[in-house]
Amino acid sequence: MSVDAAELKRRTAELLAAHPPADTAPADFLTARFAAGLAWVHYPVGLGGLDAPRALQAVVDAELAAAGAPDNDPRRIGIGLGMAAPTLLAHGTEEQQRRYLEPLWTGAEVWCQLFSEPGAGSDLAALGTRAVREGDDWIVNGQKVWTSSAHVARWAILIARTDPDVPKHAGITYFVCDMTDPGVEVRPLRQITGEAEFNEVFLTDVRIPDSRRLGAVGDGWRVAQTTLNNERVAIGGMRLPREGGMIGPVATAWRERPELRTHDLHQRLLKLWVDAEVARLTGERLRQQLAVGQPGPEGAGMKLGFARLNQEISGLEVELLGAEGLLYDDWTMRRPDKVDFTGRDAGYRYLRAKGNSIEGGTSEILLNIVAERVLGLPAEPRTDKDVAWKDLAR
Amino acid sequence: MSAQPDLLYSEEEEALRAAVRDLLTDRCDPAGVIARTESDAPHDLGAWKALADGMGLAGLLIPEDDGGQGATHREAAVVLEELGRSVAPVPYLTSAVVATEALLACGDRELLGRLATGRAIGALAVPLHLAPDVAFPAVRVERGLLHGQLTGIADASCADLLLVPGDDGGLYAVEADAATVTPQVSLDLTRPLATVTLDAAPGRRLGDARPAVERALRAGAGLLASEQLGLAEWSLTETVRYLKDRKQFNRPVGGFQALKHRLAQLWLETVNLRATARNAASALASATDANTDTDIAVAVAQSYAAPAAVHAAEEALQLHAGIGMTWEHPVHLHLKRAKADSLAYGTAGAHRARLAALVDLPSP
Repeated sequence: MSVDAAELKRRTAELLAAHPPADTAPADFLTARFAAGLAWVHYPVGLGGLDAPRALQAVVDAELAAAGAPDNDPRRIGIGLGMAAPTLLAHGTEEQQRRYLEPLWTGAEVWCQLFSEPGAGSDLAALGTRAVREGDDWIVNGQKVWTSSAHVARWAILIARTDPDVPKHAGITYFVCDMTDPGVEVRPLRQITGEAEFNEVFLTDVRIPDSRRLGAVGDGWRVAQTTLNNERVAIGGMRLPREGGMIGPVATAWRERPELRTHDLHQRLLKLWVDAEVARLTGERLRQQLAVGQPGPEGAGMKLGFARLNQEISGLEVELLGAEGLLYDDWTMRRPDKVDFTGRDAGYRYLRAKGNSIEGGTSEILLNIVAERVLGLPAEPRTDKDVAWKDLAR
Repeated sequence: MSAQPDLLYSEEEEALRAAVRDLLTDRCDPAGVIARTESDAPHDLGAWKALADGMGLAGLLIPEDDGGQGATHREAAVVLEELGRSVAPVPYLTSAVVATEALLACGDRELLGRLATGRAIGALAVPLHLAPDVAFPAVRVERGLLHGQLTGIADASCADLLLVPGDDGGLYAVEADAATVTPQVSLDLTRPLATVTLDAAPGRRLGDARPAVERALRAGAGLLASEQLGLAEWSLTETVRYLKDRKQFNRPVGGFQALKHRLAQLWLETVNLRATARNAASALASATDANTDTDIAVAVAQSYAAPAAVHAAEEALQLHAGIGMTWEHPVHLHLKRAKADSLAYGTAGAHRARLAALVDLPSP
């Protein structure tokens, strides 16, 4: 039996009646919401869901927002919500799902992603972090980089090389890593914004029990595809109202501060306003397709458009501000506990947005993916296809 | 803001698309369209009759009581996607959308009935390049007779009925054989322009010109985005197909990353164009006469669609390279239509200027 919108509204009302948000601690409310199956309604019963159509989540979210219910701060737990959870759902054992999903969803446990390495960015499958089997454990050694939230994370999704004697995609295995284990060292990586939202993570003889393996040994690349596909949707697919996102502060500044206006900026602002509105409509159309069960390939493009828009709009904003655009709010080295693309001042937004076309797959790699998987154009010539990883030039 | 617009296609709309595409595949093959552009009859009135009369598409926007289909702009948009794909030389946008909207504004049931069957072709005698909210030329009205000349009138050379703005603020119906229609040499061979000369031509006053012209051009601009979508899709699809076949340096040209990225970029623009064209059609379908949300949807669509369609056609030509420069390959028809479309019913710049007022982002 499939749960419909009316039934979800009834269950949401029931949750709100039993746990009035005004009188309930946020953590308790979130726990109760998970138990009621209203966390992510398309997940299975017992894992925060009700096996309902994914599109109906919006019904629940709208009712809860109207009632002033607390949210689980998706910006702080974005990697857990957007990437670890769908991967656990698709490839985890029931035991793993029961252990990780609830604290992940309520925000009690933050996740990070130990994928990229200094020598394996766009060519992620070239990674060199090694995991060697020793009894019931794996011993992991290597270095990861560009790891958002590692300094506040309890868990990490990790890919490591378990067989160097086979071609690079075939020798990778996917694990859940305990960030509090001995041998895990997190060092801040200061960025162009001045802060250290990202980290380097050094793994030295880290012992991961085999029960924390996700998927089969050597099947980690396939498991990672679930993570990566969800990452792109999570980064580019947020639902926004008109003038939501970065165009909002620019439009507001334009209206409120006529002394900043020039003809050149006006033309560029109008063009970007249109681009932002069109991107919003494309996202809406994608959601409508998903809701009727006709997922289109548009999702592959959302992150590309999002990155370009953010960069162009924030660049315009710095110029619009004139003398103020020459200032910056604060270069102090800090380690924020959440990812925030749009926070702080225009200068921060401009610098942080540069990462949008790099993180979660560079725009160049995503264009290849669109060209090959959507348009069916020939793949890039490969010189590493049938070569064992250990024999590749590095 | 009103409720979320429906940006998808219904099953009925997909069925309509399939029927129109079948007909155009049979009747409007590229070689035939190219040959026709150089003949005495650039319009394909046979294809028009089949679409308009045979399939009843001329009357989509006309209520059933007035002899039409009582459908909406959403269905008309699907027809225009297919017409854009094949650059069919038929007066659909000009007669079944623009002239029809002007008559709907005037409420002239008799003329609506004539256009609904497709047996009469209508043309609004306003230059094609004008945006919905700008001043348009008018002819002199003296004792019910019209005097003057109007140029840049799209599809006038195949029209039976001209809708002419008079200098008294009225919109007049003039039978085409009471006017002199002189074809102009047009950039777009498949939607030719003409000069209309009126020398004491009898006209019947239908109503006020200003609201009728605004409504007609707004619908024209909004639905033009669907024609531009069809054009862009054809350009992308044909180019991808060609680059998979064409080999240079012992590889399919489509395997070179520099070209793959350009095609992926075109695909993204086409995806965006589809969302905004559907949004405009949906907004027009649910519009009342004065509706800011609809005006925004139309202005956004034309601001985005015009450069996107031109980009697609220009890329198609460049990536077809030598063969794309030839008269025998149809890409030039699409490029000419795309470029002309980027001026039709207002340029992207004109629509951005409209948006500045509509969304309160005033110029300095």
